[in-house]
Amino acid sequence: MDRHLLIVSTICFLAAVARTGALLRAKKFQPGRFNFLAIGLGFIFQTAFLSIRGHALGRCPLTNLFEVFIFLAWSVALIYMLVGPVYRLSLMGAFTAPLVVLLQGFALIAPIDQPHPGKLPANSWLEFHASISLIAYGAFALACIAGVMYLVQERQLKTHHLHSIFYHLPPLTDLFAAITRLLWFGFALYTLGLVSGFFVGQPLPWVQVACAIGVWVLYAAILQGQHWRRFSPKRVAALCIIGFSAALTLLWGITFTAQMQSPP
Amino acid sequence: MNLFCVGLSHHNADVETRERFTGNPETDCVLRDSGCAEALVLTTCNRVEVYGAAEARVSTLDIARCLARKIDKHVPPDSAPFYRYEDKQCAQHLFRVASGLDSMVVGETEILGQAKKTYESARQSGAAGPYLHRLFQRAFRVAKQVRTHTDITRGAVSVGSVAVDLAEKIFGNLASCKVLVLGAGETSERTARALLSRGVADLRVSNRSAERAENLAALVAGRAIRFEEWPEQCREIDILVTSTSSDAPLLGRENLMSMLRDRIDRPLFIIDIAVPRDVDPNVNELDGVYLYDIDSLQSIADQSLALRRQQVAAAEAIIAQHVADFGQSISRALNRSPRDSEHPPVGETPLRASEL
Repeated sequence: MDRHLLIVSTICFLAAVARTGALLRAKKFQPGRFNFLAIGLGFIFQTAFLSIRGHALGRCPLTNLFEVFIFLAWSVALIYMLVGPVYRLSLMGAFTAPLVVLLQGFALIAPIDQPHPGKLPANSWLEFHASISLIAYGAFALACIAGVMYLVQERQLKTHHLHSIFYHLPPLTDLFAAITRLLWFGFALYTLGLVSGFFVGQPLPWVQVACAIGVWVLYAAILQGQHWRRFSPKRVAALCIIGFSAALTLLWGITFTAQMQSPP
Repeated sequence: MNLFCVGLSHHNADVETRERFTGNPETDCVLRDSGCAEALVLTTCNRVEVYGAAEARVSTLDIARCLARKIDKHVPPDSAPFYRYEDKQCAQHLFRVASGLDSMVVGETEILGQAKKTYESARQSGAAGPYLHRLFQRAFRVAKQVRTHTDITRGAVSVGSVAVDLAEKIFGNLASCKVLVLGAGETSERTARALLSRGVADLRVSNRSAERAENLAALVAGRAIRFEEWPEQCREIDILVTSTSSDAPLLGRENLMSMLRDRIDRPLFIIDIAVPRDVDPNVNELDGVYLYDIDSLQSIADQSLALRRQQVAAAEAIIAQHVADFGQSISRALNRSPRDSEHPPVGETPLRASEL
């Protein structure tokens, strides 16, 4: 039942991707409410899925890699719903939907929805740590998307080849301001998640701790470089993409290690 | 009752001919005296057109006589090449006009505002009744649909507006942008005025002749900068407009690179409209620098115009659909009494009604 909700949710996001793709191919991309509505609907189904799964588990549904991916996709959609209108509504959605489809599609296809052996005891610190960290990942994902938008717009301005999407993308300075805000927002949440990790009351594998600190250092370096004007906006945009790719890989590593080390 | 349109436009009449038929304030009343139940005159710099509804046919010559200026009464009105459209063709023509398809610059939107204003004024004076109401309200709907569903209005089509559009795509709101205009010629003035019209408040002008710089600065509410000081200004400005008559480039990659060190987080938009060019083209390779010369601006303007022309077929399809539908709806309306019509009373906003 809960997987069906997830499939419907993925179809909603896929509809947003398909419509954007068709409009771009026809060279008549027009901003509209369709993407926002499709993503909103997809978000509702995601929330329903997480709610049912959480109820069944009796805790925050972050017990395996499958749930982590879905929670991450939910965080991306959540942050989009919160900050999307700050950008141009449908265009941010046009870039957000493919990422959510990738995350959810992978989670649905890959055999990673393995029930956790044994019932996990409820640990509010651990749940807070995991969920707040994933919401931070959602903010980093949106910063990554804004980074892609920045690079697309920048490239068109540099090469003097303006495509139909050029007229719908926000100005460079607005995009850079959005990237900066999302980075700070994500970094603050991530720091909170990292600190709360030390209160979970369980011994954490050093690899997980090292990876988590690695991601924190990476984003701290991007923000520091941006704040002290060592990095140009273009470099910050590119680093947001690299940073999120690295963070996603590390997240996989953390979850995979956690599953490997869990008692049979 | 039949709907008709009689007119002259840039397609078939030169400005000298058009100006002889610009009409007068009483034209609407005169037209009603000539047998029109409803009539209005749409006058713009590119066209003079009468849209009317009449029980019996009103001849083109009678319309031309009404439109002719009193001072030109000695010139025979039948000498002008008036076109005439009836019923469906009339609707199709107005839909094309309102959508900007019949304009000199395809897709321009000013005509829609002019048509709305003309209709509103005719409605208030009582010159436009239920038939013209239906016709114009439908035309406004069609124009809106064409603008929404096609790219007919996309992109700027003149060099000045392309430059300003690009500036907005880099900086967003131009109100806080600092602009330096290098060279005090006519092109500089035009570009400076275009930037001012979009909200630029801090404008500096520099020229080899200090007097000309001061004159231009006074014209555009800017401030003059001594010519020796302009390189120093590049550290703080956001937009540089150059159009000097220098034979050699004034700004090269190396000297700009040193100026950019302190402003790595702020883009610099350079509009080089000088021929020969004032700025070394390699400057565009620098991070955060966006250099456009006259050819690249013209090329974007041409691309926009080409894109608009590509959209004409899609716009025509929308119009054809509405013309067919309008034909049916007007036939139904003609079989009803005017009291049943949709014409709103004076005081009610017809545009709001059309929005609903």
